Amino acid sequence: MKRFRRHGQESQRDRLKQELFQFNKTVEHGFPHQPSALGYSPSLQLLAIGTRSGAIKLYGAPGVEFMGLHDENAAVTQVHFLPHQVELVTLLDDNSLHMWTLKAHKGLSELLEIGRFTLTGPPGAPPSVTRVTAVLAHSSGELLLLGTEGGHVFIVEVPGFRELEERNISLDQVASSVPDDYIGRRNLEHVETLQENPVDPNQVVIGYGRGLMVIWNLEKQQAIQHIPATQQLESMWWTEDGGHLLSSHSDGSYCRWMAGGEDMNEEEEEKSDIPYGHFPCKAISKIIQLPTEKGPPFLLFSGGMPRASYGDRHCITVIHSKTHVALDFTSRIIDFFAIRGGPQHTGDPSALVVLVEEELVVIDLQTEGWPVIQTPYLVPLHSSAITCSHHVSAIPLKLWERVLAAGDLQSKHYSKEPWPITGGQNLAPDPPQRDLLLTGHEDGTVRFWDASGVCLCPMYKLSTSGVFHTDADPNDNMNQGTEGEWPPFRKVGCFDPYSDDPRLGVQKIHLCKYSGYLAVAGTAGQILMLELNDEAAEHTVEAKVVDLLQGQEGFRWKGHTQLDVREEPVLFPPGFQPFTLVQCQPPAVVTALTLHSEWKLVAFGTSHGFGLYDYQQWNNVLVKCTLNPSDQLAMEGPLSRVKSIKKSLRQSFRRIRRSRVSLRKHHVNNAAKLQDANARLEAELAEMELAPVQRKIEARSSDDSFTGLVRTIYFADTFLSDSSHNTPSLWAGTNGGCVFAYMLRLPAAERRTDELVTAQPAKEIQLMHRAPVVGIVVLDGHGAPLPEPLEVAHDLARSPDMQGSHHLVVISEEQFKVFTLPKVSAKMKLKLTAVDGSRVRRVGVAWFGSSRSEDYGESGLVVLTNQGDVHVVSLPTVKMQVHYPCVRREDVSGIASCVFTKHGQGFYLISPSEFERFSLSARYLVEPRCLVEVPFRTGSATQRRPQPDGVSSAHRITTQDGEAAEVLQEIQKSLEGEQTSLLENNVKNAVA
Amino acid sequence: MNKSHRVPSNRSLSAVEVKSKFGAEFRRFSLDRSKPGRFDEFYGLLQHVHRIPNVDLLVGYADVHGDLLPINNDDNYHKAISTASPLLRLFLQRKEEADYTFGTNSLTRKKNTVLSAVLLRPDANRKKPPVLISLPRDFRPVSSIIDVDILPETHRRVRLYKHGQEKPLGFYIRDGSSVRVTPQGLEKVPGIFISRMVPGGLAESTGLLAVNDEVLEVNGIEVAGKSLDQVTDMMIANSHNLIITVKPANQRNNVVRTGGGGGGGGGTASGSSGRSSDSGASYYGYSALSGVGAAASAPSHIIQNFPAGELESDEDDEDLVIEVGGEAEPIRRTLSNYSMPSLPRYEPHLNLRAASALSINRRSLEEEGTVITL
Repeated sequence: MKRFRRHGQESQRDRLKQELFQFNKTVEHGFPHQPSALGYSPSLQLLAIGTRSGAIKLYGAPGVEFMGLHDENAAVTQVHFLPHQVELVTLLDDNSLHMWTLKAHKGLSELLEIGRFTLTGPPGAPPSVTRVTAVLAHSSGELLLLGTEGGHVFIVEVPGFRELEERNISLDQVASSVPDDYIGRRNLEHVETLQENPVDPNQVVIGYGRGLMVIWNLEKQQAIQHIPATQQLESMWWTEDGGHLLSSHSDGSYCRWMAGGEDMNEEEEEKSDIPYGHFPCKAISKIIQLPTEKGPPFLLFSGGMPRASYGDRHCITVIHSKTHVALDFTSRIIDFFAIRGGPQHTGDPSALVVLVEEELVVIDLQTEGWPVIQTPYLVPLHSSAITCSHHVSAIPLKLWERVLAAGDLQSKHYSKEPWPITGGQNLAPDPPQRDLLLTGHEDGTVRFWDASGVCLCPMYKLSTSGVFHTDADPNDNMNQGTEGEWPPFRKVGCFDPYSDDPRLGVQKIHLCKYSGYLAVAGTAGQILMLELNDEAAEHTVEAKVVDLLQGQEGFRWKGHTQLDVREEPVLFPPGFQPFTLVQCQPPAVVTALTLHSEWKLVAFGTSHGFGLYDYQQWNNVLVKCTLNPSDQLAMEGPLSRVKSIKKSLRQSFRRIRRSRVSLRKHHVNNAAKLQDANARLEAELAEMELAPVQRKIEARSSDDSFTGLVRTIYFADTFLSDSSHNTPSLWAGTNGGCVFAYMLRLPAAERRTDELVTAQPAKEIQLMHRAPVVGIVVLDGHGAPLPEPLEVAHDLARSPDMQGSHHLVVISEEQFKVFTLPKVSAKMKLKLTAVDGSRVRRVGVAWFGSSRSEDYGESGLVVLTNQGDVHVVSLPTVKMQVHYPCVRREDVSGIASCVFTKHGQGFYLISPSEFERFSLSARYLVEPRCLVEVPFRTGSATQRRPQPDGVSSAHRITTQDGEAAEVLQEIQKSLEGEQTSLLENNVKNAVA
Repeated sequence: MNKSHRVPSNRSLSAVEVKSKFGAEFRRFSLDRSKPGRFDEFYGLLQHVHRIPNVDLLVGYADVHGDLLPINNDDNYHKAISTASPLLRLFLQRKEEADYTFGTNSLTRKKNTVLSAVLLRPDANRKKPPVLISLPRDFRPVSSIIDVDILPETHRRVRLYKHGQEKPLGFYIRDGSSVRVTPQGLEKVPGIFISRMVPGGLAESTGLLAVNDEVLEVNGIEVAGKSLDQVTDMMIANSHNLIITVKPANQRNNVVRTGGGGGGGGGTASGSSGRSSDSGASYYGYSALSGVGAAASAPSHIIQNFPAGELESDEDDEDLVIEVGGEAEPIRRTLSNYSMPSLPRYEPHLNLRAASALSINRRSLEEEGTVITL
């Protein structure tokens, strides 16, 4: 009987767990790591990016995102949309072709792989015969032309990947007709590029690596024209009228050829130019030319820079009429395309989209000066390396608007044009609340991101470096090229990972969303207090030095020096402006930070101790040294400055070398590569066998290094001395398993500015297992975590229960322990490490709402372990609820970067530039929900104008299509404009 | 007498009250916890306060678990001082009259016999021939083989008594592979092995663990499928009371089981029986213990019948809580059942452990020499 009842209870709890917890990885924010291919569909208005790890990502209008992953762990080398269809083809490094489609399912589109294909050559043929080097998705949408390393062109029917052997264009067929006087006729080399005649889909041009271009008639299966270029071919472009061909070459030249009628073999190159000539130039890797309705065409090409002087620049040159600009990008150019205006995407080029290795840059070609359009997604999170992150849920509208306003002032230099890539419909409901993600960066900036929805949009950027004298020279602004410089460079893009002073790095952030106070702490022990000001202001920031050693002897700090504060007034732009600064001495990195805006106190910790600062009176309240006198490592400090100089030197050398190495895409000898890899693997294995990894088993002792490092710091209004009077208190936990509690005495509100805040030591808890304390939480009489400061004052949280007895939860890396208060006696605990060997790396408090009933919810601890698993631990009973594998255990930086939200979601870095968003909550889920419709197809394939390489646009789509696109755009716009309820209904109707 | 030497209350942690019993006589005095001095000074002090200058004494004290433990060198003397909470109870005996043994659970389990022996029969009439070498009572167990009755003979479950020891655990583990018999035949599976012993460490000194022993369980939890780092962390998390089940690389020294219920104190066999016939087995050299003789090592091999839950016993409630500052005064008075207000007060439910208390207080102490208030 008893057993039955218990069983019933358990299953009830299990059901409840299912209603509360659910694990999903929902969306990846930021810029894909190591992009390797770019594709664009003008008809779908979708952008596709392939990466070196085999991912394929599609982006349309903000919120419209799809992601797919190839099973093969091979780099995506090319992406081509099939014209006017929802399919796309990817070519991988392993020579396999993959067909993907956007399939609508229950009103939402999904990206699915529907086929794969590898060319099989004749038996006994060397692999180069079928090694694909060029792909052309024919405008008919039914054919795929595959040029190979062996110089053949294979024709394949899609989407089924059926080889049409009889239509293949073999090298022999072509070679036989090559004029005898052509120097390279013995070896035409691989097929470098395939292009279709924009006016005659039966004509394609085959460009061979050696330089020869052959116009081929697909129907008659014969060569029409030979264009005997003598330089190594890099790319080709067929002008829109079909009358000319442009070819670009490895010596930095490009040529224009007449693609005239048949049998005109002695075609002279009409024009040849080395734009940055005289001295040897690098290759022009891609060239396109787009006409304008009235006036001269746009000519765009990448590369071609003088090898010696600017060989390391990553440039795209745009020439239109008399304007000539060499856009200088921040990293290697992967690919680019132009978007054309007009309802049928046949008008003047409106925007240039450039994918470089570290960011996506879109340039408005319609506005004077060609300004950059701010990207709503694919933002390089890592424009300076991310050093920490902080999430704030449910931002009050007022603060939100002020931050946005401050951000708008910073983005004045961006184009006013709307985002030009608008494919698909975003059907995701409006996010339930406004969430902010703050990222701290190596260069001392804090970036504010709108993390409410699928798009992680930049809102505002705060720089803390202005307060300090740094090595960086503010006049060293690279944006302005000198007058008359040739080539006419213009810097574009924001990726700038080279920090001049590593001490500026932001390590901890705490924002109070109610008061707008922000605390930012950094690598050199600096803690800046900032407040939001809508006006620019000029003032000096006074620094208060806090000695955390308190006369501890035998100390010699060998780390970096503290930052020099500017003594003259500094002009701060509208936004968050610093008003007071604390500098820890020794200037070790700040390891813990918390802010109590109601009490106007900020507490901070380093590896030497912790302090409490009253930012109303600008007065230091408390300093406590936690240093173990025998801890030499902590005393001397890291030699980080030396290291970072070394590192940056290494980086810059690498950068130079990378640019020197010719970046040929696909001519690497595979066998050599494989051999190389094998040798390396063998060496690694041998090394592993020689020195087996062993681990020392030793109990922790008080003499371990960094036991004094403060890991967590916490404010609570609770019962510290007796059970009838609650008092403000400060709690700090160290690496050595010690918790310090201080009782705070705050003057009454009316005398807050005059009387001093005092802190008295109250308790010291030494955990016997000595594991680092990573979290401290106080629970109220109902077992609920205490609310945030000002939360109750703003009526946004229930006031905590002060009748029942409070509990203290101490989370160490190994255990969760509940103590009673005020008498600290152990009540409950949950052991983690002793049982499964994992350790707590990250912990947060979250509230989980039930997905079934609106009013039920539970608080719990969200935990990420060093094994990469996420756990939910119930409060106040500290029982394991659920656990899911989340991050790979080898991904140390991913685990370290994890940040939890108050509603059971989380973010972690999957690469330096991407956050993965996950959700543990069954109620709150932010994931892309979007629909992409098949473009209208009217008229037969022959009538339609072809579309070379998916990059230029289609020409003769019916007006119907244009109208539809307009309607979609309108819906899109209004959705963005937050005219929610009515339009949402419209959309729903449209979907249904 | 006390008042004149009263230490300030904020330094109250530093005083240890000592209650020493010799025969039927009690002496009370206090010592400075931070400067206990050397054992021979202390020994002299005891002889002095009891006015028995030329009597050879066996000094014992009751530790926090109620064990009667010896004080016969600087180490265990310091230990005794630092763990005293708050009272250090000493039991002195003439060496030739010694009639009780030191050891774990000696007071709790045999409270009636041992304590009463001390308390009620101060002058034991039964005189035993003095055994001067390797008295078992001068030692406490450092390790034991447990659960012999339930484990396969090829396995060995070893318990290391780290707590209260200054000695490092002292071993390393590594990844490796072992061969298992599975339904599919022999299979190579990854395993965790002991890779190195630190000379002089606890693990080596027990002689129960050796290089290349495969670790199968840590405190009852199988390590199969766990990474080296996980197992490391598990062992460290359990280091205060580490129980590892190993498959010894050298299977010749295994316990030979006779009959089914060897059980508790049977001690059917120990490593020594195997060793005697296999003197060449260098893995099991008892060199570390040779100084104290074979008899001394005996306790570490006796199969003990642990009370239920002993395996799970851990550091529960051992966290040290220190109330600091005058604010804590009111509750202290209400809760305190000690008569000496100047003494440090620890939460009664919390047991105090030496090392931590010492390390925490070390910093704030500055007085020189042994402070004795009589």
